[in-house]
Amino acid sequence: MKGKFGMALALGIGISILSLPLLAHHGNAAYDTGKNITLKGTVTQWIWANPHCVLRLDVTDDHGQVVQWAAETENPSSMIHFGWTKQSLKTGDQVTVTVLPVKTGNPVGRILEVVLPDGQKLVGRALPTEYSKPEDSPKQ
Amino acid sequence: MEIIPTLLKRFVALEVVLALLIISPLTRCQTAPPQSETAKDQKAAPAGPEPVDADAWGQPIIAPEKGRKAAPAPRHDISGIWDPGMRAIEVLGVLGASAMPEDGKPEHQVPYTALGLEALNRSKPSNGPRSVLPAETNDPVVYCDPQGMPREDLYELRTTQILQAPQRVVFLYQFAKVWRVVWMDGRDLPKDPEPRWYGYSVGKWVDDYTFVVQTTGVDERTWVDRVGRPHSSDLRIEERFHRVDHDTLEFTVTIDDPKMYTKPWVAIDRLPFRLQSPKFDVREMICSPTDVAEYNKLVGTPATKKHGQ
Repeated sequence: MKGKFGMALALGIGISILSLPLLAHHGNAAYDTGKNITLKGTVTQWIWANPHCVLRLDVTDDHGQVVQWAAETENPSSMIHFGWTKQSLKTGDQVTVTVLPVKTGNPVGRILEVVLPDGQKLVGRALPTEYSKPEDSPKQ
Repeated sequence: MEIIPTLLKRFVALEVVLALLIISPLTRCQTAPPQSETAKDQKAAPAGPEPVDADAWGQPIIAPEKGRKAAPAPRHDISGIWDPGMRAIEVLGVLGASAMPEDGKPEHQVPYTALGLEALNRSKPSNGPRSVLPAETNDPVVYCDPQGMPREDLYELRTTQILQAPQRVVFLYQFAKVWRVVWMDGRDLPKDPEPRWYGYSVGKWVDDYTFVVQTTGVDERTWVDRVGRPHSSDLRIEERFHRVDHDTLEFTVTIDDPKMYTKPWVAIDRLPFRLQSPKFDVREMICSPTDVAEYNKLVGTPATKKHGQ
């Protein structure tokens, strides 16, 4: 079991790092852009507000301890573009959330993805990225 | 809005070890695959909804499209509800003005004077290449101060409503829910007026399809853009609104401030706006101190202070 866990753990972290969106090193200084983690928990609150929407959820760890997480997205006007709404999450929903954690080690992160109870995925908008490909940009 | 926590005093040290300790027990929880009990669970997860912006009545936003054939432009008319699309949010974001992002490329180096460079270095943005930690920023917008001009054009430019009256054109902006009046009754710009966050504006038609606005008298506390480019009270901003066809408006912004810059520079170059349905209801985006305090409590402070600090 230990061996399996160890392997799966390494694989999990490895895959997580590989699948990270490409983030500029000059993103928000508070976030640990080198890694992401996946949480399974119960929604306790979904705050649909400026400056950022915040998903609060209870995550039970290995030892049966309940950790209260706060995971943020961007503001509602941006999140609407990615299919999120005020009704996307309800208290009591069992969800799986992948986040970019903060460097302080507190249970706070930036949402990369949420899997809803029915299996539907909502993709977050990661940290503001750098200016990208010129061909996508307005005429310069 | 990229509002960064405001109530923080401490500097944050990197705690990679701690982060790893948190990752491992949580990841271990995820290694066992979920047990599917029902046939429903075993089917492939349904695809997410198509990303679309809509107002509170479910009316969708129409994004700018390249190469679209539209009806010809009406004369002397830039009125309507205009949206620049999500791409505008990305290019008018943490690297500043879209035509001159602070990305280190030589062609994007803004022509600062010595004074301009000094002033630039006094600004401490919370994002971008010169960013500081949240507790150290002096970005006025982080504290819910008005963006003012030209920053209302250069950061978080979203659905913009343009109303034309005989003597003036009025702009209604989504971000911070602010408005500006541009006088077109032939008056000149005021000489040495008391400063305003949004300055003083006059405009005129330079041809049948192009409306040009000049703005001065801007409060020196405003930043030109998100990365903290400076301006003095001598700042003069030119905005050009060119009605390309019935559905498209191209927007260009030029910054002219001889104290801070050796020559004028283009901050936005022909950014396209798409005409929306006249029935589209613009979403509200307001910097509320109460909302910011709540956010800081849940996310901002724990993102800066370690547990127990």
